[in-house]
Amino acid sequence: MKLSKPRLEVWTAVSVAAFALYLVFLAYPMFSILKESVQGESGSFSLMYFGKFFGDKYYSETLLNSFKVSFAVTAISLLLGIPLAYFYSMYEIKGRNFLQIAIILCSMSAPFIGAYSWILLLGRSGLITRFLESMTGLELPSIYGFKGILLVLSTRLFPLVFLYVSGALNCIDNSLLEASQNLACSGMRRFRRVIAPLCMPSILAAALMVFMRALADFGTPMLIGEGYRTFPVEIYKQYVGETSVNHSFAAAISVIAIAITAVVFIAQKYLANHYRFSMNAMHPIERRKPRGVLGVLMHVYAYGLVAVSMLPQVYIVYTSFLKTSGSGSVFEKGFSLNSYKLAFKRMGTAIPNTIIISGASLVIIILLAALIAYLVVRRRAFLNNAIDTLSMVPYIIPGSVVGIALVISFSKAPLVLTGTAAIMIIAMCIRRLPYTIRSSVAILQQIPLSTEEAAISLGAGKLKTFFRITAPMMSNGIISGGILSWITIITELSTSIILYNARTITLTLGIYTFVSRGTEGPAAAVATILTAFTVGSLLLFFKISKSRDVVL
Amino acid sequence: MMSVRIGIKNATKKYGSSTIIPDLSIEIQEGEFFTLLGPSGCGKTTLLRMIAGFNSIDGGEFYFGSKLINAMDPAKRNIGMVFQNYAIFPHLTVRQNVEFGLENRNCTRAEITEETHRFLKLMQIEEYADRLPERLSGGQQQRVALARALVVKPDVLLMDEPLSNLDAKLRVEMRKVIRDLQESLKITTVYVTHDQEEAMAISDRVAVMKAGAIQQVGTPRQLYQRPSNLFVATFIGRTNILDAEFLVGADAVSLKFPCGYEAEVAGIEVAAAAAGKVRVSIRPEEFVIMEDGGSGIPAIVEDSVFLGLTTHYFVKLESGEEVEIVRESTVDENIRRGMKVRLGLKLEKINVFSSDGETNLSIHGIAPRCSRITAGLVR
Repeated sequence: MKLSKPRLEVWTAVSVAAFALYLVFLAYPMFSILKESVQGESGSFSLMYFGKFFGDKYYSETLLNSFKVSFAVTAISLLLGIPLAYFYSMYEIKGRNFLQIAIILCSMSAPFIGAYSWILLLGRSGLITRFLESMTGLELPSIYGFKGILLVLSTRLFPLVFLYVSGALNCIDNSLLEASQNLACSGMRRFRRVIAPLCMPSILAAALMVFMRALADFGTPMLIGEGYRTFPVEIYKQYVGETSVNHSFAAAISVIAIAITAVVFIAQKYLANHYRFSMNAMHPIERRKPRGVLGVLMHVYAYGLVAVSMLPQVYIVYTSFLKTSGSGSVFEKGFSLNSYKLAFKRMGTAIPNTIIISGASLVIIILLAALIAYLVVRRRAFLNNAIDTLSMVPYIIPGSVVGIALVISFSKAPLVLTGTAAIMIIAMCIRRLPYTIRSSVAILQQIPLSTEEAAISLGAGKLKTFFRITAPMMSNGIISGGILSWITIITELSTSIILYNARTITLTLGIYTFVSRGTEGPAAAVATILTAFTVGSLLLFFKISKSRDVVL
Repeated sequence: MMSVRIGIKNATKKYGSSTIIPDLSIEIQEGEFFTLLGPSGCGKTTLLRMIAGFNSIDGGEFYFGSKLINAMDPAKRNIGMVFQNYAIFPHLTVRQNVEFGLENRNCTRAEITEETHRFLKLMQIEEYADRLPERLSGGQQQRVALARALVVKPDVLLMDEPLSNLDAKLRVEMRKVIRDLQESLKITTVYVTHDQEEAMAISDRVAVMKAGAIQQVGTPRQLYQRPSNLFVATFIGRTNILDAEFLVGADAVSLKFPCGYEAEVAGIEVAAAAAGKVRVSIRPEEFVIMEDGGSGIPAIVEDSVFLGLTTHYFVKLESGEEVEIVRESTVDENIRRGMKVRLGLKLEKINVFSSDGETNLSIHGIAPRCSRITAGLVR
């Protein structure tokens, strides 16, 4: 009896290649950072840095602070985002499309730009602060520290909750709502008993996302935190060495951070397992016209929230056109393009750098994500399951930790990459791949296997089937996901701040540099350019993806 | 178009520890329209996908003609396949869908254009040639799927429940389209369905499957009139199963029902028959209702349903068994609920099974088992 022998096929080669990439650029750096963290001053094994972290309140406090910030931001984002999504999906809000784009835009600027702009508005000599003082003599509470971080991160992250929850509400079939009403359950009770549980998986997913982002954010606490120190700032300080360079201590803090995010991640998965079901709305919810006072309040809430969240971006754009003194650090009366001239003179390479680094990252991310998603969905095997698990690891690694790990791993032979654009590209790929793989997997799961079988039975080879049939069918979803990745990459700061040098400076880093030097005019100009990039990309996204579902 | 014989010897399929197909052998003739029929989960689609090469073969041999295809790449088997959901490439136009298979073969551009045009015309979908498939109706998509599968001149056409997504009227229409097409192209076709009426209407021969094993292979007429076991008798068409006893005489065999009614049955090999319990399959139209007594099984009419052409009667026997009877509706209907009647049997039509239901005792001497059925005999 002759049986079909397992032949070596192309996909096996792809598996091996993908696995090797993960070993070199993820497993090895993670191992390095672990090794570095347990190295004493003499190079021998030692837990002294862990002892130092937990023993000294000065350091351990940063972790506690990070947690306070992250939990508070998550709670506030949920409180802001869930009602907004509910109103948006259940009622006819005027100007919905505009509102949706505005909400998404709120989430897409680099957070530290928001922090910077809020300082310009509400800081010690901020516009609003001075205005209120001169008009009424009132003194505003300080924007610096915990409250400021909350303001900046919440107004930036509630859109994530909005997107997840309104996505879930779109999947609820109207008949479910009618059925619950028919069973005498309506109003708040219906929200509590039917709608909220149905949205729970999305609420939990959004909560995790907001938590991770708030925890890992570097720029906001750096700028507006002042005395309020969080651990990404501490890692950075240990790395660049405010007092002395200490990679081992930075590594130890990183390891602690990963351990904690892993616990949070697992806890969320555990919770999410209680709410697993699939929904498919044949008849989406019919939106009602809000009546009377309630309707007015809804509109005030929705537009008020968006206006407050958009304010810093709008103000930055405005200041970029103000006349400045010669060096660009002092604003004067009148308008000019001086800030842009200065920005181009000093940061001319930032635009091409941004396009090259982000563009190359994006191409690699899309290609790898499509291939890995294919392996994970269509070729379930041990190696591919391992790749699946490995690919999700970066999800729980804060950006600054990715930076540190890469520096530690690739600053010595055999592979020296520090200071190159390559290491920035690798970092971006590591950070964005989990998201793009997840969305590609979701897309691929919706494509019936029989479509590929049809191609094969018509004589197409395996690779041809993938590139002629599967990839084009996935492309719409992948490209629109890619554009969202692109936006996150161009506004990324916490990893690139550790990896960049003068030759690989990007727009975000440029803004940060200008801000930290106090040259506010050019900072605003570069921020405006970045905003223009973001808005342009977002419009492109809406043009390419026929749906308006944004998943970050 | 080249057509081949398909031979399957001792096929085995396992998923993990559960065996889907234990040991299955079939011969499908050249140019034959062969249907795999069975309830869901019986392994019919699994077998079809083993032929197509999408499911691995865990044991046994699969032949196209004299060529062993067990290890052959599905892309090289020269198969046309029509999927349950059609699997039309949504990003390609109708024309590009049909051209796709030809592009993978060594065809010149002119040949591709010409053949594609021929099949678009044959399937009457020329006018949609440059549309994307999402704007086609179910029936039109079905035609695209057929054109795409057939344009490559496959040796074998495989169809996996192709009509199950269509509404009832279109299903009957497409059934005829498929049958006529297969007849004109003379292509060996393996068709999977769970709809027995569809299988009867379309096939030269049907294999009835259950739990991964073939119960019977035969023409639709054989399956209906001489089912080889109780499962086939109940799966194909409707029937009533009654318990009875065999009385074996010197030169004849009689059936004795619990009520005492005895009737001599023809077609039983007397020498091989053994006295004892048997099970009798009597289809609703194989009863004769006698209103004014006579010899037959006594029964009471419980209900009747008038369906126009026929009227269905639900009657209860003395033994408590309930049976369904069909007869042509009459103008002066006079069978009422609660009426006592006697039931006669069309003895040449009924089937007698062994008490375990596995063997048809009536089969001998009546329907010769044909190994090669010509299409003319069937219809």
